[in-house]
Amino acid sequence: MPEAFEPKIVAFFCNWCTYLAADLAGTSRMKYAPNARIVRVMCSGRVDPQFVLEAFAKGADGVLIGGCHPGDCHYQEGNYKALRRCVLLRRLLHQMGIEDERFRLEWISAAEGERVKAVVNDMVEKLRALGPRVPLRHEEVA
Amino acid sequence: MKPKVAFYWCASCGGCDEAIIDLDETLLDLLSSVEIVFWPAAMDFKLKDLQGMANGSILVSFINGAIRNSDQREMAELLRARSRMVVAFGSCAQLGGIPGLANLSGAKSIFAEVYPGGVTPRSFHQENGHALRLPDFFDNVSALGSVVDVDYYVPGCPPTPSIIREAINRLMGAELPPKGTVLAPDKALCETCPRKDTRPEKLLVREFKRTHQILPDQQTCLLAQGLVCLGPGTRAGCEAKCIDGNMPCTGCFGPTSRVRDFGAKALSAVASVADCNEEALTEEVMNGVPDPAGTFYRYSLPSSLLTPQHME
Repeated sequence: MPEAFEPKIVAFFCNWCTYLAADLAGTSRMKYAPNARIVRVMCSGRVDPQFVLEAFAKGADGVLIGGCHPGDCHYQEGNYKALRRCVLLRRLLHQMGIEDERFRLEWISAAEGERVKAVVNDMVEKLRALGPRVPLRHEEVA
Repeated sequence: MKPKVAFYWCASCGGCDEAIIDLDETLLDLLSSVEIVFWPAAMDFKLKDLQGMANGSILVSFINGAIRNSDQREMAELLRARSRMVVAFGSCAQLGGIPGLANLSGAKSIFAEVYPGGVTPRSFHQENGHALRLPDFFDNVSALGSVVDVDYYVPGCPPTPSIIREAINRLMGAELPPKGTVLAPDKALCETCPRKDTRPEKLLVREFKRTHQILPDQQTCLLAQGLVCLGPGTRAGCEAKCIDGNMPCTGCFGPTSRVRDFGAKALSAVASVADCNEEALTEEVMNGVPDPAGTFYRYSLPSSLLTPQHME
């Protein structure tokens, strides 16, 4: 019997809000899907679109970026820059054949452990429905 | 004996060969120091001339154009074997170029679009005992470096005469640059832009505009005027010729050495100057960039970290 598809999510969480929320979810012993590989970054504005492309190129089925709520950024406006880039990046990814559900930006404050659980669970469910993303390497293309 | 040099074109528009002719008198100087042994675009050479040469007998081959079909790949491989150095010349050879945008569609949908009604070119055809072989059309366009080992890169669509002269001088000089060098300055176009001083310290744009929508001021930073100018992410060396023509940079010189994916980086630079903090407004502002892939990967789609997945 073939193994059930387990989506791989690369999650970039900001140090000041979403990472703390994930920490809270952990210390509160919340149970949620184990599919997200969390990468802690100082700010959602630090997430270079190159990181997102590389995650997909290396086989991620989805990429999740978590930052502070608008107005709450530790660096004043890093999350706004993340928002602007993500809106345009999602459209670019769409043109490259990556479905919108595979790329997600969420504002999650340090107190919202419950929200980390809900977002990750929801994303896993949607990715499961989409199925695996088969990455092609350039060498395989010609 | 003078060192031997070859020029060849693959999937390209011919502009790169034109650019070499545009060297004017410098071309005559060049001819006094090198012998051109192969240049089908400008002189009479045949495939058998190249086949008859010994491996490694050409000092340097300048190959322009991307790799779209099997004929181009075979020629690139043959030139690679005959040459001690191979230079990817121009945007198409370096990054995949404009032909590389075809990668947003696969071979199947390209043929369906170009040959409606079911007439599809085939690689092999037989009729009345005669056989015809055509090159295989690949599903994707590649940059030269994905097909053969490339020693150096000369950027530009096309490379400017000064960039070409400088590149040739460096390759003929006593000390060669490290393998893989892009033979152009390693800094962003903005740093050398004649409008640099008009770029505000904190650049914010309320609306992105396309070139047909405004008559831009001739002195002010084009990005500050709302045009999608890729100067912040593009390598310098073009002498800002488009900016001089009051047109924004479209990125033909490609990335600097610090960047791994030109499109992603250019998108990042442009998106972050948008003056919007709220989701619905941001969606609206970004409508000013209706074709992100065509805008940010105009010359480099085949070199993206991600290969487009064809939905066919």
